[in-house]
Amino acid sequence: MTESPPGRAQVVRDAQASRLMISGDWTLPHYVQLQHLMATVSKDVDTNTVIDAKNLGALDTSGAMVIAQWLGSARAQELALDVSIPAPRRALLKTVADAMNTYCQPLPRERRSTASILLERIGQAVVSSWKQTLKLLGFIGMVLQAIAATIWRPRRWRVTALVSHIEQTGLDAVPILSLLSFMVGAVVAFLGATALATYGASVFVVDLIGFAFLREFGVLLTAILLAGRTASAFTAQIGSMKAREEIDAIRTLGLDPIELLVLPRVLALLIALPLLTFIAMLTGIVGGAVVCLSVLKMSLSMFISMFRDDMSVTQFLVGMAKAPVFAFLIGVIGCMEGFKVSGSAQSVGEHTTSAVVQSIFVVILMDATAALFYMEMGW
Amino acid sequence: MNAIHATEAARQPVIEVRDLVNRFGTQLVHDHLNLDVYRGEILGVVGGSGTGKSVLLRTIIGLVRPESGSVRVFGEDLLALPAERRSMVERRFGVLFQSGALFSSLTVAENVALPLIEHAGLPRPDAERLAGVKLALAGLPIDAAGKYPSQLSGGMIKRAALARSLALDPEILFLDEPTAGLDPISAAAFDSLIVTLQNALGLTVFLVTHDLDTLYTTCDRVAVLSQHRVLAAAPIDEVAATDDPWVQAYFHGPRGRAALQSAHAGRKD
Repeated sequence: MTESPPGRAQVVRDAQASRLMISGDWTLPHYVQLQHLMATVSKDVDTNTVIDAKNLGALDTSGAMVIAQWLGSARAQELALDVSIPAPRRALLKTVADAMNTYCQPLPRERRSTASILLERIGQAVVSSWKQTLKLLGFIGMVLQAIAATIWRPRRWRVTALVSHIEQTGLDAVPILSLLSFMVGAVVAFLGATALATYGASVFVVDLIGFAFLREFGVLLTAILLAGRTASAFTAQIGSMKAREEIDAIRTLGLDPIELLVLPRVLALLIALPLLTFIAMLTGIVGGAVVCLSVLKMSLSMFISMFRDDMSVTQFLVGMAKAPVFAFLIGVIGCMEGFKVSGSAQSVGEHTTSAVVQSIFVVILMDATAALFYMEMGW
Repeated sequence: MNAIHATEAARQPVIEVRDLVNRFGTQLVHDHLNLDVYRGEILGVVGGSGTGKSVLLRTIIGLVRPESGSVRVFGEDLLALPAERRSMVERRFGVLFQSGALFSSLTVAENVALPLIEHAGLPRPDAERLAGVKLALAGLPIDAAGKYPSQLSGGMIKRAALARSLALDPEILFLDEPTAGLDPISAAAFDSLIVTLQNALGLTVFLVTHDLDTLYTTCDRVAVLSQHRVLAAAPIDEVAATDDPWVQAYFHGPRGRAALQSAHAGRKD
């Protein structure tokens, strides 16, 4: 866009009548000045004022709009008939003046007090979390029903999809999970060593690591990692399929999206998460052992014998029993959020976030419940 | 229709494509393609599916980097320009993408107001008022401005996208299959809208289409893409007379004849 002198408008009065002289460029770069200019000039314009636009320079839709806005679209229509203006300009003026008649006005935003907005938001949040719970329960029911329907018919098992999802959710997560739980194991050992040294009981660091990883950390770390890594992936995959009407296409082909998309993902997690939990337990304990050997100068044989004496298989089973439950919940929440996506790209993002937050929340909630239950049972 | 328009502009090319070669992997799309678009004309680009019509459009607006050859818009090579100058040139053209490409997180009015706020630096209320006028120009009903793109029908999305492409008063308008997926009545209305706007705003229009009716009712010239190059670029009657099997099948097939008849009937009115 080349720089050009801004448009000018002035009212000239002589003996008989007043004339509005319009000249210069009436274009978008000068829009704001032109608005101000017309706001002052148009006061002096009345129905008898003759409009003279012989010296009008460039004109675009925004300039034409300013003219039509302040002179009224009827005057702009008249001006569009003025033969002293070149034909394309007149056509533009006429088109814009016509458009001004059917002016497309953005709806004014409603103004309300902050308190009422706050109350409304709280109310909406409560209602939506209740609906959310109902939906989750409904979806779990649908998935269980689909599992029950397909489990007796091996022909309907989607083995290829299942294996591919196991690779993506399980195998691909092994490096990051091992590193994570190794480091947490080392940190727990350091913490334990510092705290227990006061009582001269540093050797019990072994028990601390064993209990922590077999009962809680192994499965919890894995579940939280997969909630972030896999639940979000499931939501994004199914969500963008939903946005592109692929889910509708599956339905109209007489196929069941739950069976086709959800079952392989949930089953893959049911298989992968316990395996990953086992790896997390191992690497966590190894991380703790490395600290014990290097910092506490404990011998490997002592570590192993203490571990064998104090840990029982119950600890391992108690931890492992939680893995399938977490896997199921993470998978179901990830898929369900995917189905809730609507049209836009923003919606995919919102539901992905929601899937991660919900699944981490549910995992920790279930873990706390399980801890209470185990305590009452004396396991 | 716009014959007077085209001649008085003294055939000044605003887009010059020279020896353009585009290739995706081993698949050759354009092979030394040449094309001129003159100021103030509506050029229709036709060709079978997969002949690279959309790729040509995307190359001209600088979204695809050609393997070789040059593309000049307003006499400047977009790909060779520094980012700032390129943005200046890009403001002089508007693009209507095939599926609208409206920003789904903004309302229709905000979609149109966005370039006005970002490029022209207008205050928001002014930008939204101007956006309202552009939407009215594009023929959208009053209540559409506050809606989100997902709430609009296909025809309304095209109109809203047209309003956005017109936001900065472009000199060249690129339309990628504007009437695809519209019902015949909306498509005809869209055709006449484009002609009206082109006359009023003095636009140069680069129109990629499959729609024969659009070609007959709107275009000053038609360019046929075939065998990786422009087979012919001339007024539609001349192109239709070209002795090429594809062109013959296209213009003289059942649909072509129907469109021709209705176009002639329209001209007599």
